[in-house]
Amino acid sequence: MTALLSVRDLKVHFPLPRRGLFGPRRAVHAVDGISFEIARGETFGIVGESGSGKSTTALAVMRLVPITAGNVALGELPLSSLGGHALRAARRRLQIIFQDPYSSLNPRFRAGAIVREPMDLMGIGSPAERTARVAELFRNVGLRPEQQALFPHQFSGGQRQRIGIARALATQPELIVCDEPVSALDVAIQAQILNLLQRLQRDFGLTYLFISHDLGVVQYMCDHVAVMYLGCIVEQGDRVSLFRQPMHPYTAALLAAVPSADLAKNRARRRIKVTGDPPSPIDPPPGCRFAGRCAFAEPRCHTEVPRLREVRPGHRVACHLVDDAGIGPHLRAERAAVPAG
Amino acid sequence: MAEAVPSEPVLQLQDVHVEFDTRDGVAHVLDGIGFALAPGETLGIVGESGCGKSMTALAIMGLVPMPPGRIAGGRILLRGEDLLTVGAKRLRAVRGNEISMIFQEPMTSLNPVFTIGDQIAETVRVHQGLDRAAARARAVEMLQSVGIPAPAARAGEYPHQLSGGMRQRVMIAMALACQPSVLIADEPTTALDVTVQAQIFDLLKELQARTGTAIILITHDMGAIAEMADRVVVMYAGRQAEEGPVVEILERPRHPYTQGLIACVPHLTAEPPPERLPLTEIPGVVPPLSALGRGCAFAPRCPQAFDRCLAEAPPILPVGPQHRAACWLNAQEGA
Repeated sequence: MTALLSVRDLKVHFPLPRRGLFGPRRAVHAVDGISFEIARGETFGIVGESGSGKSTTALAVMRLVPITAGNVALGELPLSSLGGHALRAARRRLQIIFQDPYSSLNPRFRAGAIVREPMDLMGIGSPAERTARVAELFRNVGLRPEQQALFPHQFSGGQRQRIGIARALATQPELIVCDEPVSALDVAIQAQILNLLQRLQRDFGLTYLFISHDLGVVQYMCDHVAVMYLGCIVEQGDRVSLFRQPMHPYTAALLAAVPSADLAKNRARRRIKVTGDPPSPIDPPPGCRFAGRCAFAEPRCHTEVPRLREVRPGHRVACHLVDDAGIGPHLRAERAAVPAG
Repeated sequence: MAEAVPSEPVLQLQDVHVEFDTRDGVAHVLDGIGFALAPGETLGIVGESGCGKSMTALAIMGLVPMPPGRIAGGRILLRGEDLLTVGAKRLRAVRGNEISMIFQEPMTSLNPVFTIGDQIAETVRVHQGLDRAAARARAVEMLQSVGIPAPAARAGEYPHQLSGGMRQRVMIAMALACQPSVLIADEPTTALDVTVQAQIFDLLKELQARTGTAIILITHDMGAIAEMADRVVVMYAGRQAEEGPVVEILERPRHPYTQGLIACVPHLTAEPPPERLPLTEIPGVVPPLSALGRGCAFAPRCPQAFDRCLAEAPPILPVGPQHRAACWLNAQEGA
């Protein structure tokens, strides 16, 4: 398996102003040493709550925030060490779809010009070819070519997100980073956009890095999923094994917290409670970052950082309490509570 | 506090109409909304944005912006008293006291320049005439009851010093400080993370069991409905599409819009199918209210629409035990 995108020990720290002249240097540890690979044609999901660093990871891959340490490579291309002209040239191979279809489109540009702009900037094709390509892109994303003449405010939220998708497709990228692409949309419109993204992936062989806080959407869209908590990956696996038997207590709690529209399942659900709020990423606690909210934490969880280790092929977890068979503490507790099994 | 007999609704809406004057003419924002809320029950109102769910809440609270809006008809009865005909003074006594409300964004609904203790104390001083010290004590007691650690110290903090989940707890504490008989929660967890949402839902259920407050939960999330609601009203374009017990609505939805709302969301499952089938789509978008024709508002997006749907708006009719739907398909089957 050749990876299209590989991320190694990525760190993104945002320095904070010192408190006073001699105060300590402080930084927000937004992303704190994560590694993952995405195979060509796959969808890799990053899921987590606010402040987990999932969007910062997306922006770092796009080189839209400064990378503190680590490497990002797109195929053979060392994205993280490129600069200037080489970086601009590389940008046509990766594009991003943003969460908010209102603020991510220039209100003074017509829809056609918005989609055309990346091609103009990168000098792709002749002007006549660009015009034809814009019309084709509009059809690809389910808009009518004559809608090119309208301004963003004349479109609905779902249609605007289609314009954002058409713009991302304009340079024929290999990788598209989708940063919460449906979170701002109504549920009925979400389905339209998710179906569109799936169809485009099939038609154009796209690779997606898909960021979302919605576990249902991530499970539906992604082949592999990483769960982030406070700047670190706590668990990573394929969509079937991760959701069937979560190993990390945080993943289990996250899955259990999602209310299901299936009433029978809701009643049968055993809730693993998480108390409190995530700690501040400014001075993250030593040891496991989830330890303060974890119902199963032991003394060493508060002092020793758990390593992300492969427990089963393709399934990695960072928790001291997961045994070699991949049984997490929440599952052991559940089995102990029901002796008859 | 005198409790009503369980069968007697604490709040009842009868054929409520709200209109807004717009440049394109009169928009019927609410078009004949009617439902009843029993003491201690949770009623979910669900629908897409623009369907009128928040406007229903504002109408109950007497907060419809006038102009451009106006209440064009109907009655809103709180224990038999029509809130649409009482004066402003009486309405002020009802709001925050007998009916209170929590909003989606807790940061913008709290005043940033007052401590949270002062803000809760203000509510009880105004409505229950407590003196400063007693109101302060009540505020701390409320903070404790919504699970805020070290409530006495926290009462002296400002909203920006709290996390989103904590702020929503403060909003709930403020809303429940006067022991209202109705609590309207307008998307109370939309701005919160899912683990914090679970905490807030648990808190609401626990407080409801203790105080017997009836809750109107406004949401777009069928999962939240399944988790919280006893009964559900599904709204579309200012009208009630369907109403019934939560089991009926989720397991036997009779309106194509309800069916679409449930089917279009990818639900989290322990056994994801290896093959990903396309999601069910509800095609198109909610029409602008000024563009509604004579027929069913959902007909242009409905996969099962037929001639009658375009010509005539369906009334909401019984389709099962306590289950009503506004769809000609049900009338055709003779249900």
